[in-house]
Amino acid sequence: MAAISMTVNGKPVSADVEDRTLLVYFLREHLRLTGTHIGCDTSQCGACVVHVNGRAVKSCTMFAAQADGANVTTIEGLARDGKLHPVQEAFRDNHGLQCGFCTPGMIMTAVDIIRRGRANSRAQIREELEGNICRCTGYHNIVSAIEDAAKRMGGAA
Amino acid sequence: MIPYSFNYHRPKTLAEAAALIAKMPDAKFLAGGQTIIPAMKQRLAQPSALVDIGALKELAFIRVAGDAVVIGAGTRHHDVATSADVARAIPALSELAAMIGDPAVRSMGTLGGSIANNDPAADYPAAVLALNATVRTMKRSIAADDFFTGMFSTALEDGEIVTEVSFPIPQLAAYAKFRNPASRYAMPGVFVAKAADSVRVAATGAASCVFRIREMESALARNFAPEAIADIAVSPEALNSDIHASAEYRAHLLNVMARRAVQAANAR
Ligand SMILES: Cc1cc2nc3c(=O)[nH]c(=O)nc-3n(C[C@H](O)[C@H](O)[C@H](O)COP(=O)(O)OP(=O)(O)OC[C@H]3O[C@@H](n4cnc5c(N)ncnc54)[C@H](O)[C@@H]3O)c2cc1C
Ligand code: FES
Ligand code: FES
Repeated sequence: MAAISMTVNGKPVSADVEDRTLLVYFLREHLRLTGTHIGCDTSQCGACVVHVNGRAVKSCTMFAAQADGANVTTIEGLARDGKLHPVQEAFRDNHGLQCGFCTPGMIMTAVDIIRRGRANSRAQIREELEGNICRCTGYHNIVSAIEDAAKRMGGAA
Repeated sequence: MIPYSFNYHRPKTLAEAAALIAKMPDAKFLAGGQTIIPAMKQRLAQPSALVDIGALKELAFIRVAGDAVVIGAGTRHHDVATSADVARAIPALSELAAMIGDPAVRSMGTLGGSIANNDPAADYPAAVLALNATVRTMKRSIAADDFFTGMFSTALEDGEIVTEVSFPIPQLAAYAKFRNPASRYAMPGVFVAKAADSVRVAATGAASCVFRIREMESALARNFAPEAIADIAVSPEALNSDIHASAEYRAHLLNVMARRAVQAANAR
């Protein structure tokens, strides 16, 4: 067992978990933050993307123990004071989702893309979405949402 | 996708990591986890313990030292891809790092993990071999030609930690990768590097292990131009054949990628 502590969406949390606990299970099952999804078992779909110390990572491909001491942000941590994050707003306004399964990972990835200044063209956004799979939308409106969000945010997340 | 049980250790120093692994014969290092964790989730790997070297500051650095770029084994693909120093000294290397997997994989994955794993389709091994790099561990230096020994195998001994890789700065270099449309791994990729005294051409994603294409090297040493290798066919005999591509197709792509790499190197 590993005794771990980290900050999740601004709140300190600690727990004893099995060493083999993946970060995604820690978030979903211990903290009940079920916005972070699991869409594959091959580290390819990106439904599980969260930010760890400011970097977008696949939480299914990291052990909770590796995040000991880290600052973690999940989809639940984006909205502020009941107001959606501009990227969330843009996904809604541009119809950037259908079933919504991939959406948490898409949005966490999108925030990271914009923060890294990599939303300069539709082609670049598509390139950056390499690790996120959507089975519904055909990506068109996801790309539009990210383009729109980047404009609203003036490039800085 | 739940791995078998194991014990997790996070040493604070390199010396502590080496001491820990020496005591645990079935333990493995965990660096970025982007290869070993997927394998453990599929239960294809069952280490008794993981020694996490991913957070060791000693292993995460990029240094331009005279005529070489020295990169710590724990340096993430993202940091190599976005380093201004690497882009200035060996742009082909930053371009290669930017082509590995996807942004989330690049946030975590490391140079040391990639070469220690030596996946037949991994990108970094092609750069290490073509640039004639030197792999340093805590106890020795290993020349690129001696490092990659076969499919998923290297000259590393059990418990030996790669600490850094020293890449000599070439005159010209480029990497051309034909991405598998699904996995985006190289299928194949060719790294071409021209140094003052020689040209080296390394191919990945084509056979069981990265290898040099010597006939192209000597032709390019005489004339560093795509035409010089247009007629040099790689024999499909030792190449992989699978659902993604036949050996003959891979052989064809090797020539195309090699010419593209030479062209890109000359266009800098
Ligand atoms: C979806 C996806 C797509 C990918 N696409 C590509 C791609 O296109 N091209 C590509 O090249 N790779 C690709 N990868 C693999 C990725 O580059 C990995 O980061 C890399 O292969 C392993 O590095 P790591 O740091 O994650 O190693 P880990 O998974 O932590 O470790 C891998 C192995 O190396 C050993 N090891 C790690 N560090 C050291 C060290 N310093 N000394 C000795 N042994 C060590 C470990 O014990 C382990 O056995 C992909 C991975 C994923 C999940
Ligand atoms: S669940 Fe993490 S990549 Fe699919
Ligand atoms: S909206 Fe259904 S998977 Fe993307």
